[in-house]
Amino acid sequence: MPDAPQEIRFVAKNMRLDLRLIAEMVAPGSRVLDIGCGDGALIEHLTRQKGADARGIEIDMAEATKAVAAGLPVIHGDADQDLVHYPDGAFDYVILSRTLQAVERPQWVLRQMLRIGARAIVSFPNFGHWQLRWKLLVSGRMPDNETWDRPWYETPNIHPCTIRDFFALCAMESHVVERWLAVDDKGLRSPWKRSPWLANLFGEQALFLLRRE
Amino acid sequence: MNDALAPFQRLEHQRETFPDGLQLDCGAVVAPLVVAYRTHGRLNAARSNAVLVCHALTGDQYVAETHPLTGKPGWWEAVVGPGLPIDTDRYFVICANVLGGCMGSSGPPEEMTDAEGRPQGRPWGIDFPSVTIRDMVRAQKRLVDALGITRLMAVVGGSMGGMQVLEWAATFPEMVVAAAPIATATHHSAQNIAFHEVGRAAIHGDPDWMAGRYWEDGRIPAKGLSVARMVAHITYLSEAALGRKFGRKLRGASALTFLEDVFEVESYLRHQGSTFVRRFDANSYLTITRAMDYFDLSAEFGGELGAAFRGTATRFLVASFSSDWLFPTEESRALVRALNAAAANVSFVEIASDKGHDAFLLDEPVFHRALGGFLRGAAERVGA
Repeated sequence: MPDAPQEIRFVAKNMRLDLRLIAEMVAPGSRVLDIGCGDGALIEHLTRQKGADARGIEIDMAEATKAVAAGLPVIHGDADQDLVHYPDGAFDYVILSRTLQAVERPQWVLRQMLRIGARAIVSFPNFGHWQLRWKLLVSGRMPDNETWDRPWYETPNIHPCTIRDFFALCAMESHVVERWLAVDDKGLRSPWKRSPWLANLFGEQALFLLRRE
Repeated sequence: MNDALAPFQRLEHQRETFPDGLQLDCGAVVAPLVVAYRTHGRLNAARSNAVLVCHALTGDQYVAETHPLTGKPGWWEAVVGPGLPIDTDRYFVICANVLGGCMGSSGPPEEMTDAEGRPQGRPWGIDFPSVTIRDMVRAQKRLVDALGITRLMAVVGGSMGGMQVLEWAATFPEMVVAAAPIATATHHSAQNIAFHEVGRAAIHGDPDWMAGRYWEDGRIPAKGLSVARMVAHITYLSEAALGRKFGRKLRGASALTFLEDVFEVESYLRHQGSTFVRRFDANSYLTITRAMDYFDLSAEFGGELGAAFRGTATRFLVASFSSDWLFPTEESRALVRALNAAAANVSFVEIASDKGHDAFLLDEPVFHRALGGFLRGAAERVGA
């Protein structure tokens, strides 16, 4: 990640790591839809720093209202219901950051993303990380850590997947993986980054750039 | 004005007159066209900071100042003013009385003219032609043109005002940078038409209505208009709001006596009705409720709502209130879906409130933050 220029605002400096990595993937001046945009930090960053026409959908009303009050074009809505109403090819990028595991129909949401956007950027916490595997192996209980911090009966993360699961889904759906990377808990891209097997063991989060076949 | 215009109290309003008049959707021409309006704040040198506020059914142009007739505060003083979401320190705010209204714009209480614009020495009364929301917007457009403004930074309004906002965005998209249709819908529902019809039936049933010619002997159909207002007022509130405010409380008694008991809520509604008839004309009420009932934006675009906004560069803020059953959130969501289908730039929030439809007029800090932020975003965009 290059050094942030001076004019980057507070919000961008403190933006979640995965959002910064996503922002790097977006070409300047693009049309962007951010699904599960929270308070709109990425939208604001893309608008101000990349001259993007960036919009968002957020399911949490308080977050959506915060974004709108900041002058950002965000609608209160639900990826599982609302994507179908956008026309084909309306966006250059459709972003789903750390939300895939929480939607009801991940496969359908991915298809919709690549229908309404030329490219899809998807980030998700990797359920294949060695610590989760270890925890499940030795304790026999559902893992909990910073990312998976809610008990199984309360978690909104109803569709966890691993990096290799995601590769398999993309292959099955004929989505082209243009770029991918995994990062560890420090946010560093490590030497294992070119091997899906190693990334699936050591990557805490995964980030994929997809396009239609 | 001559004495035949009694019983209407004559007030001097700020007005713009257009001698060539306006051709209405129904085919009739109202000439001259008169638009009464008020402005707040200052138009900047680039003429880029104008915000048009559209009022609801029984509102008027006195949006942010003491009403000249009732002496009450402006109807949106919580929203329009210095440092408020529609910031009169930053924006040039215009609010016009709608066509068909009764606060100085061409409408039933004004003097009737023939097709050549010659005065007829009597009010229009029931003979004022049918108007549509689009006619109201065309009249506002004439005013905006006359003020030398080619592009509005924003058009904002709730309820029927929101219908005008949508009509503006659909009819004159190149003139509207940002549009905020609040607590509204793209068409008037059957239920809403039904409630309006109860109100109209009450007016028609009042012996003083005189088939709409009540002005001839200085009367007003006060009973009928009052009942119309009472019914409408119930639709503006919510069960929760009425319960919180009045519950089953009695006026001047602690328990039912089965004699002359009056519930607080009855007393409140009667008061609403009786004050309304002093400020609003019955024929205007009939004209404007009809205009709302006629409103169906998709019908104007071949039955496809998305077509109303195709290719639009306007930014939208759609907002609804959770306890509003007159213009429920689902109708705002349908609007948002149509805007998404047109790939329009749209924000949408449903504000949690138990105050019913009236919430858009009241102290709703979350809504005010959203509207203020949306307008600042629009101002930034046009450099205002």
